[in-house]
Amino acid sequence: MKEEVESRLRSSLGDAIVSVDEFNEQVSIEIKRDRITDVCKILKEELGFNYLSDLCGADMLNYDDASARKAYLAIEHEHRPHQVPNEERFLVVYQLTSLKDKSGDSDLGKRLRLKVKVDGDNPVCPSITSVFKSANWYEREAFDMFGIEFEGHPDMRRMYMPEEYEYYPLRKDFPLMGVPGSIPLPRR
Amino acid sequence: MPLGISCCAIEMMAFAGPRFDVSRFGAEVFRFSPRQSDLLIVAGTVTYKMAKVVRKIYDQMPDPKWVISMGVCASSGGMYRSYSVVQGIDQFVPVDVYVAGCPPRPDSVLKALMEIQKKISRGNHPGQVGGKVSPEFDHEKILIE
Repeated sequence: MKEEVESRLRSSLGDAIVSVDEFNEQVSIEIKRDRITDVCKILKEELGFNYLSDLCGADMLNYDDASARKAYLAIEHEHRPHQVPNEERFLVVYQLTSLKDKSGDSDLGKRLRLKVKVDGDNPVCPSITSVFKSANWYEREAFDMFGIEFEGHPDMRRMYMPEEYEYYPLRKDFPLMGVPGSIPLPRR
Repeated sequence: MPLGISCCAIEMMAFAGPRFDVSRFGAEVFRFSPRQSDLLIVAGTVTYKMAKVVRKIYDQMPDPKWVISMGVCASSGGMYRSYSVVQGIDQFVPVDVYVAGCPPRPDSVLKALMEIQKKISRGNHPGQVGGKVSPEFDHEKILIE
């Protein structure tokens, strides 16, 4: 699966791929931010990944890849304290699923993960609503929780929090209990 | 006025249904309009966004009126110690009876109803006069454990 998708993508959009990673039989491909719409289009129309099962943001502030892998795999790794640079602070993660059975060559149910790194100071990412309409609300959710703006989105409003809310609650530097007084309560 | 906004609502339905049968204790009809209600049962997690709605429903109920805070979520935020959940509805509505539990058993809600009846029989109605709490307001807080 990995080889097939990778070779197909490399042949037409080779410059868009940053890296390909396989972990626990899950394939993740990191894509250059500006090329994500093209990649999604190819995956949807030519490789049968016609279902966007999820799209989410992630804040990688103070994320330590080495110790996360160590904790997961319970293997000794050389510990390298690692600071994610601010230009790569946020991730947008796309989970694609193939619901197409390509003439016996069963791709049915195959999954693929795409990742895009987004700048911490200017969190902007292209919207893929032109390819997957279901991305509309997912992107609004990521905008609400992380403040990642999706360029080309038809309706970039908050999803859960009040419209006038000033903060992004799932950012790592946001306090768990929120900012006191930031959401007014009715007078008793 | 049943305000079922999470899983507590299931227990509230059991409390009204034939097995526990609230009608044995002199209260039966759930009214789905605040204008026909005198008791608000807040059954569930109240988020900051929902708080305005709860308050609006409370304001639309005619005096005298009472409030049961059903379950730990409504009473204190419960396990939702988070930026989005109000840590206790008594920050914006006066509560007469708090019912502990996650969710509480229907028996506890029956007990809460009986406590409200006792409170009414003592004669102190929490009527709000001119938007202010009247001096006769019964400040007693009851907790059903």
